[in-house]
Amino acid sequence: MSKRHITKGDVEHISQLAHIELTEEEKEVFVEQFNRILEFFEKIDEVNTEGIPPTYHVLDLANIFREDEIQESLPREEALRNAPRREDGFFKSPRIV
Amino acid sequence: MPRLYELSALELIDKIRRHEISAEEYVASLINRIHRVEEKINAYITTTFDEALREAKRVDEKIRRGETVGKLAGVAVAVKDNICTMRVRTTCASKMLEKFIPPYDATVVERLKREDAIIIGKTNMDEFAMGSTTETSYFGSTRNPWDLTKVPGGSSGGSAAALIADETTLSLGSDTGGSIRCPASYCSVIGLKPTYGLVSRYGLIAYANSLEQIGPMAKSTVDCALLLSVIGGYDPRDGTSVKIPLADYTGHLANDLRGIRVGVIKEFFGEGVEDSVKKHVWRAIHLLEGLGASYEQVSLPSLEYALAAYYIIAMSEASSNLARYDGLRYGFRVKHEDADWSRIYAKNRRIGFGAEVKRRIMLGTYALSAGYYEQYYLKALKIRTIIRREFEGALKRFDVLIGPTMPMPPFNLGERIQDPLTLYMCDILTVPANLTGYPAISVPCGFEGELPIGLQIMGRPFDEATLLKISYALEKNADFIRRRPSL
Repeated sequence: MSKRHITKGDVEHISQLAHIELTEEEKEVFVEQFNRILEFFEKIDEVNTEGIPPTYHVLDLANIFREDEIQESLPREEALRNAPRREDGFFKSPRIV
Repeated sequence: MPRLYELSALELIDKIRRHEISAEEYVASLINRIHRVEEKINAYITTTFDEALREAKRVDEKIRRGETVGKLAGVAVAVKDNICTMRVRTTCASKMLEKFIPPYDATVVERLKREDAIIIGKTNMDEFAMGSTTETSYFGSTRNPWDLTKVPGGSSGGSAAALIADETTLSLGSDTGGSIRCPASYCSVIGLKPTYGLVSRYGLIAYANSLEQIGPMAKSTVDCALLLSVIGGYDPRDGTSVKIPLADYTGHLANDLRGIRVGVIKEFFGEGVEDSVKKHVWRAIHLLEGLGASYEQVSLPSLEYALAAYYIIAMSEASSNLARYDGLRYGFRVKHEDADWSRIYAKNRRIGFGAEVKRRIMLGTYALSAGYYEQYYLKALKIRTIIRREFEGALKRFDVLIGPTMPMPPFNLGERIQDPLTLYMCDILTVPANLTGYPAISVPCGFEGELPIGLQIMGRPFDEATLLKISYALEKNADFIRRRPSL
């Protein structure tokens, strides 16, 4: 039996955090699927990771710096070309306040 | 006499340069071929025939004038649809980006153009590269050219299927957890996931950026090596690009494997790996032995945890990367905006994303959320360290590590797509190379009936040359790579 059981309420909470609206049907399907997948993830609990550092990425690179030089940027028209809605040379967002 | 669209990149470059054929007539023959078979395969989301013909004429003109031409002069390349192409729509096989037209080229595309290659189209894939079958594409599944009822593998399924169906000469794929090697195995082509940092990711639409690499796919080892030599190398626009000189990938290919020490990974022949697969892979290992390589079995016990760790990391990164799709600057946006901004944002994402993308974003969000971060994400990253150390140790004793690419031959379309976990299990042998960042190649090594089986070779960081050398020797001593499906 899974130690961490996900409920429909949990799925609703996650969907809010992830900004994805779900249908009632999707919620039902996801509850069942998420529980099975999370149960599979519990496999990693078996491993003793004490004193082991995490690998965020595999290269021995940190903080790549470059000169702060002015370069050509995208023309405004190009930057706006893919915007579903725009006005007066700006992206038009839904009402925020 | 082979038809023009059947020729290898190497042959084409030579013939085009020597005026034996024109780039234009070759591209025209390829377009003709695509018209004939594409309806069965669905390898492309977008084709760029007009521009391809224009470019071919430009290359021919350059040659006529006696100008120097690039390394891939006149050769067609199919580009996976998550790699940005200037003024050519780039959809990630998602409704979210159905109308997205990038204002710039990815570095790899820029390099292809610089070497006079010709972009023939954008290939089908799993939505946002999340899948192993190409079935999650918003534009419908690609079908396996060997058997149209089977999956072509994924997520770079279109790139692999287009190759073996002779709908392109070269392809680019991307590999986050096996997305180049899986379809290469299932379609019987060569697919290489380079060492993390060898190929620039600038212009690759991100899914899980600590794991993924763009890589070459081809119908012969020489072509694969040639394509890698064009796309590889340092790029200041990618902060994870590594500053090392590019090796000579085409120069050391030889039919001689003396001195090469092969480690055969025990865990890659365990439960869940079908006997038919094991049989063909072992046959290939014995063939390598006959060419002078020595082999020994090696155990990497932590591999048992690789799949779970991989999915936790990939989903976590996906949830962060895909947060950018709000429908504001680009992407899908609903017509009626009668609610507050956060509801509209959530609605754009409900309609714009398919089920698998939603699943991964949401599980990643969960794994990164307060109270679970340490249990899932951080723990998975520590396991990644353990796996990496094991590989590092094994690659001190061996030059390469070998096993199957996929645990089973290509399966039926629709067979696994309803059950995400069953589908994730397909990636069990490919994810270790992404967790470690090490290079890995899939090479055709046999057929079970009419269905292809692939051999996977993993190597030391930046030692793609050895992988290609073994691939070449295998290709020269077995005829699998020359077989074509009847279409």
